[in-house]
Amino acid sequence: MLAVTALALLKLRNLFAVAMLAGIYSLLSAGLFVALDAVDVAFTEAAVGAGISTILLLGTLSLVGHDQKKSTRSSVVPLLVVLVTGSILVYGTLDMPPYGDPGNPAHHHVAPHYLEESEHEIGIPNVVTSVLASYRGYDTMGETTVIFTAMVGVLLLMGGVRRREGSATLDGKPDREGDAHGG
Amino acid sequence: MNVLGLVNYWAFIFLMMVGFYILISQGNLIKKIVGLSIFQTSVFILYISMGKIRGGTAPILMSEGDPVYSNPLPHVLILTAIVVGVATTALGLSLVVRIHEAYGTIEEDEIHDHDLA
Amino acid sequence: MEDNVILRIGAKILIPFILMFALYVQFHGDYGPGGGFQAGVIFAAAFILYALIYGVDTAKRVLPLRFAWFCGALGVWIYAGVGVVTLFMGAEFLNYNVLRHDPEHGQELGILLVELGVLTTVFGVMVAIFYMFAARRQVR
Repeated sequence: MLAVTALALLKLRNLFAVAMLAGIYSLLSAGLFVALDAVDVAFTEAAVGAGISTILLLGTLSLVGHDQKKSTRSSVVPLLVVLVTGSILVYGTLDMPPYGDPGNPAHHHVAPHYLEESEHEIGIPNVVTSVLASYRGYDTMGETTVIFTAMVGVLLLMGGVRRREGSATLDGKPDREGDAHGG
Repeated sequence: MNVLGLVNYWAFIFLMMVGFYILISQGNLIKKIVGLSIFQTSVFILYISMGKIRGGTAPILMSEGDPVYSNPLPHVLILTAIVVGVATTALGLSLVVRIHEAYGTIEEDEIHDHDLA
Repeated sequence: MEDNVILRIGAKILIPFILMFALYVQFHGDYGPGGGFQAGVIFAAAFILYALIYGVDTAKRVLPLRFAWFCGALGVWIYAGVGVVTLFMGAEFLNYNVLRHDPEHGQELGILLVELGVLTTVFGVMVAIFYMFAARRQVR
């Protein structure tokens, strides 16, 4: 299913359909995450990937138009690059641990500690939350800062021109004050 | 058995390569960003499938029984990565909007011609 | 879209429930799937729905762009602030054990606070980015 959606994305030339299919792709992968026991991740993917990303894509499309022109470039070289990279990656997987085996190295580092001790050390049942906010609180703080930085970046890219055009819209003033907050 | 255990990696490689192909072969900038997000999702699937334990359940502790929990660590890493992913997508899309305002097109070839002219 | 009665009434009915659900996701994150990231996005989605149905200008009267930016910065502040508070209480940065007498309660309080920080940032950033994309359309 995911593969079919991805291939359809490749072929479609109408960008509105591409945006909708990208949302469907996110929703499908959220379903896959539920099947792989990652309920928190599935929740996030469904809310973020299928919701916000699609809205942002549609917002962009309404600004830039929604038809893709036919590309004049040959697709032989990219295809060759992709095939070579893919076959190298497949060769690399031959030594990878098998799927779902409890003896995999990934399950023997810190994960057992989180699963066994977090009930006494943190006291909340959802291990994902306790790892996210407590054991790896530094990580999450970094991610929060990254999101904030992305907002500042979008603000610099999208908020700038209106001032230069000297448009007397109401947004002009809050922009500058928001800038002060952001900086 | 051995080959079946690797199928999840191959599925992820296929998705990743489709995303990669869209990224390098398409001239349209929006298509490129969508390709990038497919690439990204394939990496998420790789991580999550590595955390799965056969017969396991979601890592939310239960008082009764003795269930096997899947590895929570990849879930945490990917949870934050998804949100960061949408933030970077927003940044990329805003760049596209600005490029469209400066050049009047979002096709890479036309932008290139515009620069040469 | 602003004239469509069904959409307007439907949104009016739905939005309070979406906000409630976001809060549920936020505070139930300790026991089930959920947490600050998801709750922030759902909270933002409620406002984006409002802006789509009633127009961005109406939405800006409810939640000014400035306030969204302020939220984005405030969340990072809350998160880092918790870390600084634990630092002053004699533990490592972001070690919540010292927030209460009982380490377990301290951890719960700490997680609640930093999740609140994450919620605020994600909510503010998502709404702000949506507003900025929407504002472009009006200028053109």
